[in-house]
Amino acid sequence: MNPTSFLPQLNALAGGLFLLCTFGMVATRQVQGCMRFFIWQSIFLASSAFLLGVHPVVWDLLAVAAINLINKPVLIPWLLRKTVPEEVYTRREIDQALNIPISLLIALGLVIAAYVITAPLLRIPAGPSVGVNLPIGLAALLLGAYTLTVRREAVPQLLGLLAMENGAFFTSIAIAPELHLFVELVVAFDVLIAVFVIGVLTRALQEHIGTTNVGSLAALKEESAP
Amino acid sequence: MLARIVYNLLQVAVVMGFSPLLAGTINRLKEVVQSKRGPSLLQPYRDIWKFFHKDEVISEQSSWIFRFTPYVVFTAPVFVTLLIPVLTSYPLFLAFMGDMLGGGFVLALAGFFATLAAVDTANPYGPMGASRTRLVGFLAEPVFMIVFFTVSFVAGSTIPYIVQQQWVQPLSNFFEPAHVLILLAFFMLILAEGGRIPVDNPSGHFELAMIDESKSLEYSGPAAALMKWGGEMKLFVLICIFLNVLLTPWGLAGSTALSEVLLAIPLVMLKVFIFALVLIIVESSLAKLRLFRISEFLGAAFIISVAAMISWLFAI
Repeated sequence: MNPTSFLPQLNALAGGLFLLCTFGMVATRQVQGCMRFFIWQSIFLASSAFLLGVHPVVWDLLAVAAINLINKPVLIPWLLRKTVPEEVYTRREIDQALNIPISLLIALGLVIAAYVITAPLLRIPAGPSVGVNLPIGLAALLLGAYTLTVRREAVPQLLGLLAMENGAFFTSIAIAPELHLFVELVVAFDVLIAVFVIGVLTRALQEHIGTTNVGSLAALKEESAP
Repeated sequence: MLARIVYNLLQVAVVMGFSPLLAGTINRLKEVVQSKRGPSLLQPYRDIWKFFHKDEVISEQSSWIFRFTPYVVFTAPVFVTLLIPVLTSYPLFLAFMGDMLGGGFVLALAGFFATLAAVDTANPYGPMGASRTRLVGFLAEPVFMIVFFTVSFVAGSTIPYIVQQQWVQPLSNFFEPAHVLILLAFFMLILAEGGRIPVDNPSGHFELAMIDESKSLEYSGPAAALMKWGGEMKLFVLICIFLNVLLTPWGLAGSTALSEVLLAIPLVMLKVFIFALVLIIVESSLAKLRLFRISEFLGAAFIISVAAMISWLFAI
């Protein structure tokens, strides 16, 4: 059997696992777990880009895979570790506006919505893997936005933002494989800077207030001069 | 025809004979992981043997349900064994007697009777465990439904023998995202239904925390042996469905030759052993969930199964 015939299937599998990791980010209660799911999500994103680019060879996609593999599973967690103080990670329970089962059901609704919205678009003949990557990428985008809304803790909110970005990437590697490499590089560095800024901000929050629970930061407070 | 009847009975014999060995293997290896030596692999056989030779004590306050339940709990997995592929990849004599839904009903019947019997004796721990089992059961039910409907929708049939062909022909079906997600959801279902660790601690004997175990607390003698053996067979049957229908339908006998069917026994046991290793890794690396977190665990399983269904329905 021709081994390249497996590639679309493997890409679909990577897509399924990508979606699963995004669900995990919504479902988990711990900052650590959220981070771990994000790392796996990025790895599946990179593997999808690799699978789409390996036959026929598209160098841009392979470069995207390499950039993602270095940037997201390695650099971003490392940067967060460096900037955000340890107490944030040792806190096991993340404060949430809704409880986990309800937010899982809402997440499920969002995924169904993503599939329903993209169904008419997929009638247009496109590349072989668009049918997988477009709805799953859109679903990850929606789930990331949802995580951003429902979590009240700084680091998981940041990870929600990054999940949105991953979702957009996941769609773009199938729709626009010839996207200029510069765009990818710029986005990669942008994300890195964003992580750095938010990490420093979280550190300042933790040092001044003793919590990173941004949900309770509703009132202005005057700081006494040292 | 005669061969198919004989093999059908052989399946039952295999399940009855090897399910205590599976339980013993899991117990032993779990102790090994905890750097202890652990009981012998044959300990469950000795337990059952010992229980059969003991006297039975039955509360005067209990009704016929209490006496009747061990037989239901023992025979339900045997009936399901007649319906599912354990050793052969072609339908046996009674394969069309019932489908997977029927098998689910038969197992649910055993669970129903076990619950009633636990309430029957008015032992304070029995009803507590029974109500918790119902909690897990009704949360697991939607997962079972979605998994079952997706699988039978894909295969166009509800007979497990037909379903098992579907995922591996062509082989690329195996990597279908729906398939992988279904496998994960069903694995979580086995953990919940089999009373394994993130949901229930099978080796814990702390009455306030136990779920599955507390239902058979009141039994003694042969009845206890039947309950124990029935529980072990139920786990074995669930694992057989998982491995032979959904995950790895290889290594099963393809023809009616006796040698091939006999060769299938060690192959199936090898698969079950590998599954036991995975189960032990999961059990040793996770902690038991708090009772009200079980809804999250099974909620996650439900979400996964629905995601599998969606990705199948839309990915045409």
